[in-house]
Amino acid sequence: MFVQLLYLSCGALLMTAVLIVWRRPLTAIVKVLAVQGMALAALAGVLAARGHDAELAAIAAGVLALRGVALPLLLRRALAAGPAATGQSRETRPLVNVAASLLATAALVLLAYAVSGPLTALAPSPAAHAIPVGIAVMLTGFFVLVTRRRALSQLAGFLLMDNGITATGFLTGAGTGLVVELGVSLDVLLAVLVLQVLTSRMREAFGDTDLDELRELHD
Amino acid sequence: MTTALMLAPITVPLLGALACLVAGWHRATAWLAPACGALMLAAAAGLACAQAGHPPGAALDGLLRADPLSDFMLIVISAVGLLATAATPAWLRNEVTAGRATARTAARHSVLVQLFLAAMAAAVLAASLGVTWVAIEGTTIATAFLVGQRRTKAAVEAAWKYVMICSTGIALALLGLLLLNAAAVHAAAGTGLDWARLVAAAPHLDPAVTRISVTLLIVGFGTKAGLVPLHAWLPDAHGQAPAPVSALMSGVLLSVAFYAILRVNAIAGLVLGPGFTRALLATLAVASLLLAASLLIGQRDYKRMLAYSSIEHMGVLALGAAIGGPLALAAVLLHMLGHGLAKGSLFVCAGRVLQVTGTSRIEGVRGLAGRFPLLAGCAGAGVLALTGFPPFSIFASEIGIVRAGFASGLGWVTALALVLMLVIAAALLSHTSRMLLGDGPGDSPATDRPAAPRQASGLSPAVVALGACAVLGLYAGPLTILLHSAAHTLAGTP
Repeated sequence: MFVQLLYLSCGALLMTAVLIVWRRPLTAIVKVLAVQGMALAALAGVLAARGHDAELAAIAAGVLALRGVALPLLLRRALAAGPAATGQSRETRPLVNVAASLLATAALVLLAYAVSGPLTALAPSPAAHAIPVGIAVMLTGFFVLVTRRRALSQLAGFLLMDNGITATGFLTGAGTGLVVELGVSLDVLLAVLVLQVLTSRMREAFGDTDLDELRELHD
Repeated sequence: MTTALMLAPITVPLLGALACLVAGWHRATAWLAPACGALMLAAAAGLACAQAGHPPGAALDGLLRADPLSDFMLIVISAVGLLATAATPAWLRNEVTAGRATARTAARHSVLVQLFLAAMAAAVLAASLGVTWVAIEGTTIATAFLVGQRRTKAAVEAAWKYVMICSTGIALALLGLLLLNAAAVHAAAGTGLDWARLVAAAPHLDPAVTRISVTLLIVGFGTKAGLVPLHAWLPDAHGQAPAPVSALMSGVLLSVAFYAILRVNAIAGLVLGPGFTRALLATLAVASLLLAASLLIGQRDYKRMLAYSSIEHMGVLALGAAIGGPLALAAVLLHMLGHGLAKGSLFVCAGRVLQVTGTSRIEGVRGLAGRFPLLAGCAGAGVLALTGFPPFSIFASEIGIVRAGFASGLGWVTALALVLMLVIAAALLSHTSRMLLGDGPGDSPATDRPAAPRQASGLSPAVVALGACAVLGLYAGPLTILLHSAAHTLAGTP
């Protein structure tokens, strides 16, 4: 039962990551991110229930509040203030087209399994066997980050990457202590807030948040 | 007593931020920030004296620890912090007079700079890698709006790139941190991410996991330190940030990120032997030097020129860390201090040049020496310090690193680095001499814009810092003991 629930939440994580690569409308991407945040919270919850770990349960609740609710809400607000109003709510011209992106994601999943051999071998357990999923989500996030041109899509890629890293942290089964967990969450929240404010300033300065417009600075 | 001295470098700037927030910015409160900087420097020096010969002190239930390396880094942070904050009032006054800033922007600037200083002090005092990570990411957040302060297209673009690239890089470091934590918990229960316990548990860490995690940590913190694969934010951010902020970012922020690399490198050396990180760091160092050299030769903007010179110096630090051993590491630490003082002064001068000429292009500035002798003198001395001329301390530290490099079997890499450093020095000197020497643009007094303040105000901090840099090159005094015990902390020798 534990193993099935664990793998179900990991499957949901990977599935939502692929959906983010596949879907173009930014509103859909934000919804998928919220679902992924909930899957991440479920993953932490399952691990907490298994280990009767009150601290991890509290962290799971925090993850649900931050990644399932707060961050998607922030993105939705940024979206409502900007591109949606001008009918530009799609990632129109990613550097890599959707079919090639999906193939690249498949390759990244294979890569994740290839590199995480030593991590699984460190302490073999059902959770450790799912570590490649966390790494794959993180690599997918990095891929989205470097191939998208809209500021908000890049922000979604950053959050995807962060969700993957957090999932890896849970799956390795070694807590880092409450101070560090709190600090990391606070930093992510603040970084996204800062980026959201910068998005609106970019919209003021450039008229739109297509990062191709960012050509003022170069050598 | 030690606890109070350890808490002071974090709490003083936090209180300073609060005071700036409450009091706003006007003639009297402008000197609040330099006062905080001076207090921080006094606390750092006091801590180093109180700690000399004692085991590392701890505070806040083991959350903070001060060993000689932390003490030294605190001195670097507070010295450059004092330089930058002391130059700020004059700079801000000129900006407000010129209408490019309001009292409100000036107040916000002061608050954010104090928060930035507190985050850096927390990063070097933290007893665990986790808290260091949190504090270093905190510096990104504190400085994001400082980089984008002017709200022009270029400034907003630089701020976006800065936050995006640094957060991504630091996320890689977070993954490395989690993996190292897993390896540590697996090796011995209760090890966690505490620096000292990680060093103690190093022989039991799983080598394969450590290799992945150390690579991620070095590349991740290397992003923040401006090392090559993810350096792209640095020239933009340093070019667009207000001059005192550039001074702080280039002078100490890069070094604080490099401090994390030094600690990680020490642990990696114990687990994996010296070979692995030596190859990684030497590659990053040569790549950084190559990039800096190729982009400095045809550089057209003097603030970006200084930024690429920072990438060069981070490359030199990486080379020193790759060489390893107490002598090279002591030289690396001295290089951090010398570079912080020289680069900080140069950015202060660059900000002043920008205010009196109105352009940041190299060809737009001519004959500075004739019109502003003090400013030109400072800038010239700063560039000489940066390119490694004696008596400045960068000369001593570069010689130390190069000598250790030839002695340690990294001869070819060191020779290549030396050639690249000479190319960079030639490029810097030729760009600077074109700016400083020769005739001004139209020598008739009528072309002198009356709006530009003639007095080279706000330069005394730069003069003092360059003087300190020169004195350090001749006589490091009591700092020598601290330097050597810090280097021994890193090299793992008593």
